[in-house]
Amino acid sequence: MDGQGAFVTAINLIVSGDAALAEIVGLSLRVTLSAVFLSCLVGLPAGAALALARFPGRGGVIVVFNSLMGLPPVVAGLVVYLTLSRSGPLGPLALLFTPTAMIIAQTVLITPIIVSLTRSVIEDLWREYEDQLRSLGSSALRAVPTLLWDGRFSLVTVVLAGLGRAMAEVGAVLIVGGNIAGHTRTMTTAIALETARGDLALALGLGIILLSLTLLLNAGAFVSGRVAQRTAG
Amino acid sequence: MAFLKHIIGAGTALSLMAAAALQPAVAQDEFITVASTTSTEQSGLFDHILPIFEEKTGIEVRVIAQGTGQALETGRRGDADVLFVHAKAAEEEFVAEGHGVEREPVMYNDFVFVGPGDDPAGIKGGSDAVAALQAIAEAEAPFASRGDDSGTHKAELNLWEAAGIEPSGDWYRELGQGMGPTLNTAAQMPAYTMSDRATWISFQNRGPLEIVVEGDDRLFNQYGVILVNPERHEHVKAEAGQQFIDWLVSGEGQQAIGSYEIDGQQLFFPNAQDEGA
Repeated sequence: MDGQGAFVTAINLIVSGDAALAEIVGLSLRVTLSAVFLSCLVGLPAGAALALARFPGRGGVIVVFNSLMGLPPVVAGLVVYLTLSRSGPLGPLALLFTPTAMIIAQTVLITPIIVSLTRSVIEDLWREYEDQLRSLGSSALRAVPTLLWDGRFSLVTVVLAGLGRAMAEVGAVLIVGGNIAGHTRTMTTAIALETARGDLALALGLGIILLSLTLLLNAGAFVSGRVAQRTAG
Repeated sequence: MAFLKHIIGAGTALSLMAAAALQPAVAQDEFITVASTTSTEQSGLFDHILPIFEEKTGIEVRVIAQGTGQALETGRRGDADVLFVHAKAAEEEFVAEGHGVEREPVMYNDFVFVGPGDDPAGIKGGSDAVAALQAIAEAEAPFASRGDDSGTHKAELNLWEAAGIEPSGDWYRELGQGMGPTLNTAAQMPAYTMSDRATWISFQNRGPLEIVVEGDDRLFNQYGVILVNPERHEHVKAEAGQQFIDWLVSGEGQQAIGSYEIDGQQLFFPNAQDEGA
């Protein structure tokens, strides 16, 4: 087994248009992009609000969110597992071992990243524009949409940080998804399985495909960011 | 106003996407969830037999591969309909505690000891598992233990007990991993380890490892199947689950199991008829 074998495997898999692979890639993208989307829906406004709001204990909240950026995926997975298990509080929803459970676990995992990094970006912007915005009669809270819009190019990096974490993690989706073939098997859980089977060439081949996907997504974000920046002047 | 309309439009689209993302995947067909072991999954047995069952009944079988200890816990919590595992004593306890309806024997394979070809403990070619462990401990040759409360781990601990040894020391390495990762690690150490034969035959990254001890009756590895008790967990799909169990122990299911081969070697031996198994 060598790196060359892995490249050949990866290329063969892509060229042959393997149906199982397409399904796995599709599920990975669906789970990860949904989780990133939900995290942004919550995390961007929450992060901006945290940057502007002043309340007792704010420092503590910031420290907690910063620390949660280091939340181990396996712990996030375990918490969601126990919550969604039939013996857990949300058991009747029958969500364990479904793609939905995986989306929830990844959302839990990456929302703190979005919140913390957004807070940092918006705090800097607010420092820069506070006088100007206040002179226009804007309160801190009403400045949230303006600042999010102004900071959109920096916030793309924030979103990509969340995306990277979600694409790469295996601990959370493995626990709550169960790595069921054709149902909850993603790129990362498939890589873990093939490693366990000792088929290292196939595992690394899948790894190369996953990295290429991440590269494509990032390139897309970069190019569209450039275009938008130019249009915005 | 146009700006506002834009925002509302975008917001609606986003919420729709969120709703779509969160919607549980509604399966048209009936399915059951089976908690099983890494050995059955990683050896490829399920890929071989499940399509036959699904074709016949239209019931989709979703397999979660865990160590036997974790699989039993999954059943205890009601997160699976059927358990397909290999640790008879723990399975019988599971049923006795009322978590399962009944345990039925399905098939067996056996464990083998694998180790580096240069054989530092001098046990190659033997067929006495207990004597081999004694020799390994004596030589303090590296031994990789699953250490994960799986069926294989339990079987290994029983053999150490039979050998009158409480393994400890730098040479005894508890990995806390599944069978495949344990073999990957043992190949690199290199170390002796105990594997079920099915995983070993289908395992591809053997390095210097080869079979050193096999053929001891004490290396027998029996698999059983249990329906999770619907009286404990009312959502358990008892009917479909029982249908799967009935098929596994039927002539057709037993034949499907027996016909699974890798490189001409049969991996599992059906023995549902053997009531004491």
